[in-house]
Amino acid sequence: MVAHPDLQTQFDLRVAEDQRIEPKDWMPEPYRRTLVRQISQHAHSEIVGMLPEGNWITRAPSLRRKAVLLAKVQDEAGHGLYLYSAAETLGTSREQMIDDLHSGKAKYSSIFNYPTLSWADMGAIGWLVDGAAIMNQVPLCRTSYGPYARAMVRICKEESFHQRQGYEIMMTLAKGSEAQRAMAQDALNRWWWPVLMMFGPKDDESPNTALSMQWKIKRFTNDELRQKFVDATVPQAEYLNLSIPDPDLKWNEARGHYDFGPINWDEFWEVVKGNGPCNRQRLEARRKAHEEGEWVREAAIAYAIKRKMKSEK
Amino acid sequence: MFEANHYPEEVNVALSDFLLRMADTSLVLGHRLSEWCGHGPILEQDIAMSNLALDLIGQARNWYQLAATQLGQGQSEDDLAYLRDAGQYRNLLLVELPNGDFGQTVLRQFFFDAYHFHYLQALTESGDENVANIAVKSLKEATYHLKWSSEWVIRLGDGTEESHRRMENALRELWEFTGELTTPNASDQLLTIMGLTPDLNLIRPLWEQEVQVVLAESTLEIPNRSWMQKGGKNGVHTEHLGFLLAEMQFLQRAYPNCEW
Ligand SMILES: [Fe+2]
Ligand SMILES: [Fe+2]
Ligand SMILES: [Fe+2]
Repeated sequence: MVAHPDLQTQFDLRVAEDQRIEPKDWMPEPYRRTLVRQISQHAHSEIVGMLPEGNWITRAPSLRRKAVLLAKVQDEAGHGLYLYSAAETLGTSREQMIDDLHSGKAKYSSIFNYPTLSWADMGAIGWLVDGAAIMNQVPLCRTSYGPYARAMVRICKEESFHQRQGYEIMMTLAKGSEAQRAMAQDALNRWWWPVLMMFGPKDDESPNTALSMQWKIKRFTNDELRQKFVDATVPQAEYLNLSIPDPDLKWNEARGHYDFGPINWDEFWEVVKGNGPCNRQRLEARRKAHEEGEWVREAAIAYAIKRKMKSEK
Repeated sequence: MFEANHYPEEVNVALSDFLLRMADTSLVLGHRLSEWCGHGPILEQDIAMSNLALDLIGQARNWYQLAATQLGQGQSEDDLAYLRDAGQYRNLLLVELPNGDFGQTVLRQFFFDAYHFHYLQALTESGDENVANIAVKSLKEATYHLKWSSEWVIRLGDGTEESHRRMENALRELWEFTGELTTPNASDQLLTIMGLTPDLNLIRPLWEQEVQVVLAESTLEIPNRSWMQKGGKNGVHTEHLGFLLAEMQFLQRAYPNCEW
């Protein structure tokens, strides 16, 4: 493309032409800040998200389920790793991002502040939470920042595995004994509304959306994605013969979409503020792992230095 | 799936005992390692420990399937893992010990891997081709595990003052549980005579050699206590195993006869 003296104009042009922005390219400061915030928040969500499901690895009901769940939670650690690396290309270190998480300055997805109370929650999380994540993330594979887009391509492939595995757990329970069916329905009852909240505030209350859309960091609004998710999920619940806990849910022929009832935004904002059922436990678990790992990280560095000195002698 | 081999009653009992020990040991250690998932000291090592756990759980499934075949009572791998109580478990005591800190987990892993690697290597020549096949498959993984745990023992032993002190601590905690790794019981003796499993007395010097080299490089000293705990192979465990199984088996016990 033709060189342009004005960096901002050049940047705008590249975004408009759907070209990728790469780490060495000039970019406006607010674009960089928005990306660091969004990518690190996403990375933190992957890592904190290991905890609610990690709860059930030691209680998984069969050897196959145990291995599949462990592999899934391990995938989430891998996602965290790719995303921290993508964010580091913008000049913020992993250490800094982790400190911001632990101090409460950085956020992570609110969904992980809800407790996992039964085995069926492993099904509901895979089906609904990974499902919602896919809705959010597939468009991010075309996001304007190169390293983020490439990380998302790898991640989305694995998330669709997770969703299938989760749905398969739900299917097994839904076809199982009376108690297992009840377990599955209870999990759907508890996770449905928090999952709808995962798409974020309504468009008219989402201050960052307009700019993110303009920069092509985001490609759809929160409400658009939420609607897509509901439309895709209702038939899946019907197939399981489970009922979605929303009396207002019904097909709207004119719109060609499902209508659904009002979301409890007070609950959403309380959880964001730190008052969800597990906010404190989740952060505490992350801090504890980090603090108790300090001596290991120090020893690894000390040993590497010793080795280097020896080899230079 | 396996095709059962036919042995005299007494040999088949000993073989089943051995197969359950291999399965239980891998499962219990895999379970312990999986407790780290989401809580590791470094994200990369969190992932590494899940890898070890996944390998071991996979190996356990192979051993259980073969054990079920030789037992011939129509049990599944899950029946064997989820419906036997502590007294029926045959795992080595070392692997049921709690994780402790990362140093203790790493040292437990190293002691186990040093035995597991050499034992599996010898088992690839078992007169039972099913056993030999599982050993071949597991050996690749055990080779990597031994490399990982040796490197971490050295790094932490020869790292900082604190890491060295923690490794000395771990040594004191774990040493007395290492004797059982290479001490044959009655089943082992019979199976060795039959050419189905290697003589553990020949594995011991290989284990000792491995441990001497790695501990020397870690600047750690081998404890001079010689009293060793034993019992796991015969179903007499530490207090820890009961709690581990209570957690692991809870769903199968609370909701019997379900598909999961
Ligand atoms: Fe993920
Ligand atoms: Fe994600
Ligand atoms: Fe996932």
